[in-house]
Amino acid sequence: MSFFDVLGISGSAMNAQMIRMNTISSNLANVGVISSSEEEAYKAKRPVFRTVYDNFSEQYKATVQVDGIANSDKPNDRRFEPDNPLADENGYIYISNVNSIEEMVDMTIASRSYQSNVEAINTAKKLVLNTLRLGQ
Amino acid sequence: MPLLQNPFGIHDRALMLRDMKSTIIAANMANADTPNYKARDIDFRDIMQGTGAGQMINTTHNDHMQTVFGAAGGNVLYRVPSSSSLDGNTVEMDVEQAHYADNAMRAQATLTFLNSRIKGIKTALRGE
Repeated sequence: MSFFDVLGISGSAMNAQMIRMNTISSNLANVGVISSSEEEAYKAKRPVFRTVYDNFSEQYKATVQVDGIANSDKPNDRRFEPDNPLADENGYIYISNVNSIEEMVDMTIASRSYQSNVEAINTAKKLVLNTLRLGQ
Repeated sequence: MPLLQNPFGIHDRALMLRDMKSTIIAANMANADTPNYKARDIDFRDIMQGTGAGQMINTTHNDHMQTVFGAAGGNVLYRVPSSSSLDGNTVEMDVEQAHYADNAMRAQATLTFLNSRIKGIKTALRGE
């Protein structure tokens, strides 16, 4: 019965959205963090989502998998602060490239997606229970 | 006596299709943020009437059970989005949610029909 498959599919999406929420928290925690070189500076992290098809049955059971976490390639801002103990030999410090507004928007989308999947599971659960009670 | 030869009428088949449709729409909602995912769906009426690209598997005996695997083959179509997105994803969350709710409601209706059929048969068999 594939009402049960809904649990697996929506569950995988909830897991993926949770990983996304975690990367967003890491990013928000690192807003404005400075370091002494561009390589060391914090780069915003983004999860990479991929669709995984269940080849055994049919191609319509599409779960989500997080393939990895990618770093944003937006260049880090640098600021001239020769007094800062972290400044490099030219007096620059490098700031993390997290845009907190982008992150907040992303967080709202992630939490909405999570909620939709929870609703899907709840509905499927009701239908499964009603099917099991058939004829009683 | 047709009621006992085919006690569930079309409703068992309908429930299997509702079941399959809910899986497909759940997969769409799950992949709402996956780049390049294309939203899919089935045409319920086409499969029920057997007029779609594929149809319910042909049975050679009345006691053979219908499966949805036969129906799934060529019948899972792609949804046409009302607007395109930059990442190639064609899932529109609100559309999918509406479809999912509609499908769940109709599945619930089918379950109610099945339930009343079973109750009717039970009453008929008891002869009370």
